[in-house]
Amino acid sequence: MIALLIRDLRLAVRAGGGFGLGLAFFLIVVTLVPFGVGPQGDILARIAPGVLWLGALLACLLSLDRIFALDFEDGSLDLLATAPIPMEGVVTMKALAHWVTTGLPLVVAAPVFGVLLHLDMQAYRWLVISLLIGTPALSVLGTFGAALTVGLKRGGLLLSLLVLPLYIPTLIFGAELIRRGAQGMSVQTPLMMLVGITAAVIALVPFASAAAIRVNLR
Amino acid sequence: MSIWEYANPVKFMKTSGKLLPFVTVATAVTLAIGLIWGFSFTPAADNFGSSVKVIYVHVPAAMMAINIWVMMLVASLIWIVRRHHVSALAAKAAAPVGMVMTVIALITGAVWGQPMWGTWWEWDPRLTSFLILFLFYIGYMALWSAIDDPDTAADLTGVLCLVGSVFALLSRYAVNFWNQGLHQGATLSLDKEQHIANVYWVPLVITMVGFGLLFVTLVLVRTRTEIRMRRLRALQLRERMQ
Repeated sequence: MIALLIRDLRLAVRAGGGFGLGLAFFLIVVTLVPFGVGPQGDILARIAPGVLWLGALLACLLSLDRIFALDFEDGSLDLLATAPIPMEGVVTMKALAHWVTTGLPLVVAAPVFGVLLHLDMQAYRWLVISLLIGTPALSVLGTFGAALTVGLKRGGLLLSLLVLPLYIPTLIFGAELIRRGAQGMSVQTPLMMLVGITAAVIALVPFASAAAIRVNLR
Repeated sequence: MSIWEYANPVKFMKTSGKLLPFVTVATAVTLAIGLIWGFSFTPAADNFGSSVKVIYVHVPAAMMAINIWVMMLVASLIWIVRRHHVSALAAKAAAPVGMVMTVIALITGAVWGQPMWGTWWEWDPRLTSFLILFLFYIGYMALWSAIDDPDTAADLTGVLCLVGSVFALLSRYAVNFWNQGLHQGATLSLDKEQHIANVYWVPLVITMVGFGLLFVTLVLVRTRTEIRMRRLRALQLRERMQ
């Protein structure tokens, strides 16, 4: 499983892997928002939590269809299916690799983008924490969507249609956590809910993804 | 008699063909009675005016929108666990009906909300969760139509329906947390005191039964169409082989 993780990471980092593309996309979204909304600092500060979360969500979505598509095309997914590790493990490792290459850079870069949007000083801590907790759920759910659409020729648009509704709870609690942090309110409820959702998603969704992959390889 | 017998399409076609005329007539009669009674022979409510009459479409449609998703969930489970072919087709047949019910509930709700709340749309938990339910219906139908092989499609949409149900429910309570709403709480319930006068209650129950029967009729028709389409497909394939 570790070997699989390292292989996926290496493939992502090397040329053509699209590593960093998500980050650039995130930056563009954050840059475009003030053009659409206007440069007033107070408005930007108010919508910053939502914009940062939406940017992270969309950046995550961009690279989802690559998770299984390449392996499906060159047949290595079939080899993985016959490998001694269970499909659930393969799927989890794929999600982890996706998170390390897209989710983690977003978490690291988010505070910088927060500056661009005049985010409140006391919210930075919660911004990093909420993204750190929330983005693994995005990757795992995205893996589920990618598993459903892996056999399709043009699955990209369908993939976003299937995955985005699943992101709603994470988005609600993630953005609420930052918002409350910015206003100095108690963050316990959204924090607990976010942790709970991510933990449940990581524990349960790989089974569904593995089932979908098995159906698609049949 | 058990539902497992009807995994055989021939048997299902035979029974549903016999059943269909009766259900159709029952639907037409209940809907006609309920709607005409509701629209023409009930007084205008004190605080709602005559806009209260929207209730005879709004409430049954909203109720069916949720129940149809539950029915799809059960049908998908039966397919996944026992490979009951007709069950998968019934789930497929139910989805567009459920989507239309969701749209009806949203539109009639907007029409009702405009005079009552002064707004067509509000990000109220109930309204928002219906919009989310609508998105789930669209995704489910899109996945069905995107996959060519019927058994693969049935499997994948089944898995999506299971995961989607959990998330639809989760979103329902998440939006509750996110925004407090304008929509009144549950008025109708089986175990609590009744909040609605009998003048409105009786025709409302009749329309609710009517909508339920309408759903059964539509699903039967659509499932039969689906089975016939499969037969056509098989025939065409056989022709090509020769």
